[in-house]
This record gives sequence, C-alpha cells and structure tokens, in this order.
Amino acid sequence: MGVGIDVRGLRAWFGKFEALHDISMHIRPNCATAIIGPSGCGKSTFIRCLNRMHETVPDAGVSGQVLVGQRDIYGNGSSAVEVRRRIGMVFQKPNPFPTMSIYDNVAAGLKLNGVRNRRLVDEAVERSLRSSALWDEVKDVLKKKSGASLSGGQQQRLCIARALAVEPEVLLMDEPASALDPISTSKIEELIFSLKEHYTVVIVTHNMQQAARVADYTGFFLLGSLIEYDETKKIFTTPGDKRTEDYITGRFG
Amino acid sequence: MRTRFLQGLDELKQKLLRMGGMAEQAVSRAMDAYRTGDTAVCTRVTEGEYAINSLEREIDELALDLLAMQQPMAVDLRFIIAVVKINADLERVGDQAVNISERVVDLSRLPAVELPVDIPRMADLASEMVRNALTSFIQGDAAMARRVLNRDNELDTMNRDISHTLMNWMSENPSMVQQAMDGIIISRNLERIGDHATNIAEDVIFWVRGADVRHGHVPQG
Repeated sequence: MGVGIDVRGLRAWFGKFEALHDISMHIRPNCATAIIGPSGCGKSTFIRCLNRMHETVPDAGVSGQVLVGQRDIYGNGSSAVEVRRRIGMVFQKPNPFPTMSIYDNVAAGLKLNGVRNRRLVDEAVERSLRSSALWDEVKDVLKKKSGASLSGGQQQRLCIARALAVEPEVLLMDEPASALDPISTSKIEELIFSLKEHYTVVIVTHNMQQAARVADYTGFFLLGSLIEYDETKKIFTTPGDKRTEDYITGRFG
Repeated sequence: MRTRFLQGLDELKQKLLRMGGMAEQAVSRAMDAYRTGDTAVCTRVTEGEYAINSLEREIDELALDLLAMQQPMAVDLRFIIAVVKINADLERVGDQAVNISERVVDLSRLPAVELPVDIPRMADLASEMVRNALTSFIQGDAAMARRVLNRDNELDTMNRDISHTLMNWMSENPSMVQQAMDGIIISRNLERIGDHATNIAEDVIFWVRGADVRHGHVPQG
C-alpha cells in the first residue's frame, strides 16, 4: 500500500542558487498528486528531492524533512539506495536498458536487491508487467525481445514495470507521457489511475489537462515556491490564488 | 498569451450582449404592443424570434468550439459555461416576449377593456431585472447580480396579486373572462422573464466568484 509523504520546510540548492524555498505539503497516500508550474519553477527538483535523486547532482544541497510514512528520508541512518527502492521513479524519456531483454529489464531491480529465487523473480516480473498494463503485449517475447525494440509507449510502461518490480510505496513520475503519442498517453493515464490503488503517485506534468484528468490533488509551483495546493477540481475550476489562475488560463507573463 | 483564445472569448461576449439586446428589445416591443394595442409590433416580435434563435445557435457553436479547441480552465471555463446558460435563458426571454405578443393579438380581437391591474409596472420591473443582470455580466459585477436575485420575490408577489385580482374580477365580469385570462398569462410570462433574469444573475455570480448560488444554495468557504 502507498504511504503519505510529509514535506516540511524543504529547501534545495544548486550551488548557491536556491531552487526550492521552504516547501511544506502533505501528499496523501494512495492518491495521485500532480505538480504543475512553468519551466524552471522547481517542480522536477521537488520530486527529485522526494527520493534523494537531487543529491546526485554535483554541488546540490537539501535541507528540511521529507517523511515517507514515519521515516525522514534525510534523517540519520537513512540510505539513499533504500529510499530509492521504496520510492520508484519514471522519467520523461523511456530509458529501458537497451541490451537487456524485456524480462531482464523488469528483473534488474530485484537482482540488484539480491533476489535470486527464480520463481520469485518470475512472479514479480509477471505481476509488474500486468500492473503496468504491458503483460498481454509482451508475454510471448519476454526473453526474446530487448526493451529497446518496443514502441515508445511500451518502453515507458516497461520502465513503470521495472519501477514496480521492487514493490515501492511511492511512484514518482517526471513528465511520463510528454514524449508519447495520444494513445500511449491515454494508456499511461489509465495506468496512473489504477496504480494509485496500491501506490502513492506523484506526477510532474506540463500538460494541465493531464493533471486535471489523472490527479486527485494538484500543487502549483512558481519560482521555487509552492503557491497553491488543493484538490485538483478546485485548482482547475476555482483556484484561490491569482497567480495559479493566470498560469492555468495561459495569461502568465 | 493565447491571443486567438482571448479573441474567441471576446467574440462570445459580444455575441451574447447582442443576444441580450435583442431579447430586451423583444420584451420592450411586446409591452409597447400591449400598451398601444398595435398588433403590427407583435409581428415584429415574432419575426425577431428567428434572429434570436439563430444567434442562440451561433453562440452555442462558438462556445463548443472554444471548449473543444482551447480546453479552457478556471475563470475561462466558468465564463463559457455561464455564457451557454445565459444564452439559453435569453432565448427563453425572447420566447416569453412572443407569448406576450400572442396574447396582445388575442386581446385585439376581443372587445376592448381596461384590466384593473398594472401590468406595465410589472413589465418595467421584469425588464429592469433583465437589464441589470446583463449589466452585471458586462461589468463582471457579482454584487450587482446579487441585487437582481433580491428583486425576484417582488415580481412573484406582483404576479400573485395580479392573478388574484383578475380571478376575482373575472367572476364579477363573466363576459370578460378571455381578456382577464390573457392578463393572467401575460403576468405569468413576465414572472418567467424575471426567473430568467434571476438565472442569468446566478450564472454571473458563478462566473465571477465560482460560487453556485442556485436554489438558495449557500456555498461553503
């Protein structure tokens, strides 16, 4: 099951540049939460702080707390590897391991985590591919075809399956459908809708219609600050802040 | 900025204002016909209805295009929804004007009689409500729209009083039943015009404040 995320006073830097200013928000468990905002507003930096990916950038810094469930992922004794197992991530551009088969792509995370039992791996691969709505399309070529041989939309669902295989509690998605055609986009969106039954989903998107379609809650970021965070329905029909309204109605700038 | 979209919204507003002007004019003409008994004016009201109906379709089509092509959000989405609903109410105002003019034609065929009620006063209030509802739309003024809502009870009371008076008058003047019935129907038409003005005002409040105040609903927050 998904867990809630409590973000408290989160700040993030690239060198001396502060990219996120004192962000506090509660991301509800088993809900899809969309993060929207113009380019450079800090939304990708924000979700990269939720699984300690931000610190992989040279000179990057973070302060504040991110409690996933009850545990602060930046607390003493917390390991980045363990955090990333609990909090999976899918990126804008599908990035399957090109030389690996479909099966090995999904199993990669499990093997890295030391799972060697063949039956367990088989079960996890099937379960993950079913969850990512790819199983029926690839079940006969699991070990024959490489991940790179799939279409863009299938590759993205493969990446989602790969993230799900290690049974995370949270799934972060950074523009997961921006490189896909409308049919593949629609499949990813339906997938997000079904995934939230078992996971907490946080999705960064430039596509506001997509946020409106898939997210239960939406946060609007601007210049590194969280301007407004509310039910998606409220944000897209009667936002409380003029800046949110200007952005979503295209009157920005 | 989404120039084409903003132009589309502006075009929608201009068309709706034209529609409002036509509906107001229809009511005004119907009441002129009532006051003067000039049935030639009634013909103009009926002819005007075709133009109102045609503009109603045009506005709906433009609104549908904007919804489909531009996927508006927030205040823009509320604006277009409000326009579509106001459009339907204005068309119905036009229909009521036609109904009134039909009663005037009927009255012109009957022996002339002075009804013991002040229907023109009621028409003034109904027209004022429509005008103020449209002004609140032009100015995006929710407070003004709210004042329109407050006038509706007054119009309802006038309608009840007129109906009551004419029913009594009918029993005392059985030969004038048809004229009295026409008076009652015109009064009811005017009351309906007031209801449409109220709907328009509620839609303006929805557009401006995002609050649904229909049926006396008090929004949270």
